[in-house]
Amino acid sequence: MIVLVIAATIAQTVFTNPRFQWGVVAQYFSTIQVLGGLLATIELTIVAMVIGIVLGTLLAVMRLSPNPLVAGISWLYIWFLRGTPVLVQILFWNFVSALFPDIGLGIPFGPTFIHANANSLIGPFVAAILALGLNEAAYMAEIVRAGIISVDPGQTEAAQALGMTRLQSMRRIVLPQAMRVIIPPTGNETISMLKTTSLVSVIAYSELLYSVQTIYNRTFQIIPLLMVAVIWYLIVTSVLTIGQFYIERHFARGTARELPPTPLQRLRGLLFTFHAPPAAPSALPPGTLGGPR
Amino acid sequence: MSGLMLRADKVCKSFGRLDVLCGVDLEVAPREVVCIIGPSGSGKSTFLRCINHLEKVSAGELWVDGELVGYRQAGGKLQELRDNEICRKRSEIGMVFQRFNLFPHMTVLQNVIEAPVRVKRQERGAAVDRARTLIDRVGLSDKLDWYPNQLSGGQQQRVAIARALAMEPKLMLFDEPTSALDPELVGEVLEVMRRLADDGMTMIVVTHEMGFAREVANRAVFMDGGVVVEEGEPRAFFASPQHPRTQQFLSKIL
Ligand SMILES: Nc1ncnc2c1ncn2[C@@H]1O[C@H](COP(=O)(O)OP(=O)(O)OP(=O)(O)O)[C@@H](O)[C@H]1O
Ligand SMILES: [Mg+2]
Repeated sequence: MIVLVIAATIAQTVFTNPRFQWGVVAQYFSTIQVLGGLLATIELTIVAMVIGIVLGTLLAVMRLSPNPLVAGISWLYIWFLRGTPVLVQILFWNFVSALFPDIGLGIPFGPTFIHANANSLIGPFVAAILALGLNEAAYMAEIVRAGIISVDPGQTEAAQALGMTRLQSMRRIVLPQAMRVIIPPTGNETISMLKTTSLVSVIAYSELLYSVQTIYNRTFQIIPLLMVAVIWYLIVTSVLTIGQFYIERHFARGTARELPPTPLQRLRGLLFTFHAPPAAPSALPPGTLGGPR
Repeated sequence: MSGLMLRADKVCKSFGRLDVLCGVDLEVAPREVVCIIGPSGSGKSTFLRCINHLEKVSAGELWVDGELVGYRQAGGKLQELRDNEICRKRSEIGMVFQRFNLFPHMTVLQNVIEAPVRVKRQERGAAVDRARTLIDRVGLSDKLDWYPNQLSGGQQQRVAIARALAMEPKLMLFDEPTSALDPELVGEVLEVMRRLADDGMTMIVVTHEMGFAREVANRAVFMDGGVVVEEGEPRAFFASPQHPRTQQFLSKIL
């Protein structure tokens, strides 16, 4: 109750304070420039997360390899990228072009086959993707590793006893079961990534924050334009949270006898209780759990 | 050694400073059913795991169907096999675990066809047909699309047996297949194993089911302290064990 009162008070100040200039917020909310920035933010998030997940999974599998060299490389990578701030990494990749103006592909000290200018190769987008993706991989590696470890070793043993190779048993048996542990923190990472992309504004890449910054540098309507960004960030994180729920539900298949109801089912259940007793979930025909694919 | 399905020659295995197997000698002929009994920690599971190279032996030799396990003899020297060769050898030996170890994210049918399709590269339709036959043989044809945790322990273990049989193994290893089961479910699993033995499968069974050992096995083997202490024809073995350690162990469990 007290929480509600406080929330209402805050909401009232926010909505009635003229300095928020809700008219301005509405005016810029869906301009091309803001939407373009939003799109760039979403694009960065997706690409960086894909790189992070793929490379992170590879690093996690390497880290658990019986070969100490392979495991060591993975350890070193994680140690280095987790040990330095993302902001520094973003700046680093952006200025790599200054450090190595010529990137060549060839035999060291021998002939070079392909020449490329790093300035043209590493634009702000590529620098942003590299920084965010490679950094994310270090965190995802630890998440995936925790997931792999959580799977009963008897599963690997059974897979091996059937003649499956280490990679086959990882891909078909262990990783699908590790998903249940991997997905919730990955959802958090994605939401966190969405917000971290705003750091890329320091290298003048026009994602959402940089876009509203360019506008308010012109119009000086700082707070309403930041509100535009805030509202868009909130909308996208909310959509991601809903997506996470359904993905988690999918991977719970085979682990729980009954899946948790979706909000829609829950609502329907709630409505039906007023009229008739709800159908017991166990009345489902056997084998409908997840269903054969 | 020609004609033998398994020959263990002074097999030793140690984990660090712990010697678990200290020279196991055992021979198993094709179509033979051998039951291994012994106190906890005597190395029974470790021995089975050595047979399909889930563990590397520290010393001694293991031969399955005339081939050395895990190594190749080249010019008088032993050469370790590559991973994919080890996997191929493993696929010829079926293993059934105490805790079933079914893949929980796959249905009964998917569990059974997984290895034939992925490892043996069987065509999917053919694998499904064969899997149906096997699942029917263990009496679970009405559970094809169920997930393991919707089944009883006994049903899960029968699926696990069908899963191993789907690879058409020449040797089946059972590690206490009924120890994790409620007493009333033990019978259905033993019944499946009994029929398998009747069909001529070579089986090595670690078990404490003396009834099964007596009626189905051709030989009973008592292991203790990492060695085979005594072996013999089951009825005689249980009726009049020779070695004092065997007598002591049997008097405790019978
Ligand atoms: N991977 C391992 N690392 C270290 N020690 C091990 C390992 N596996 C088994 N051991 C040890 O080896 C000994 C024998 O184990 P094993 O599982 O073979 O015994 P068992 O005869 O099967 O016993 P049980 O009847 O309890 O299953 C035990 O003391 C065990 O702690
Ligand atoms: Mg054991």
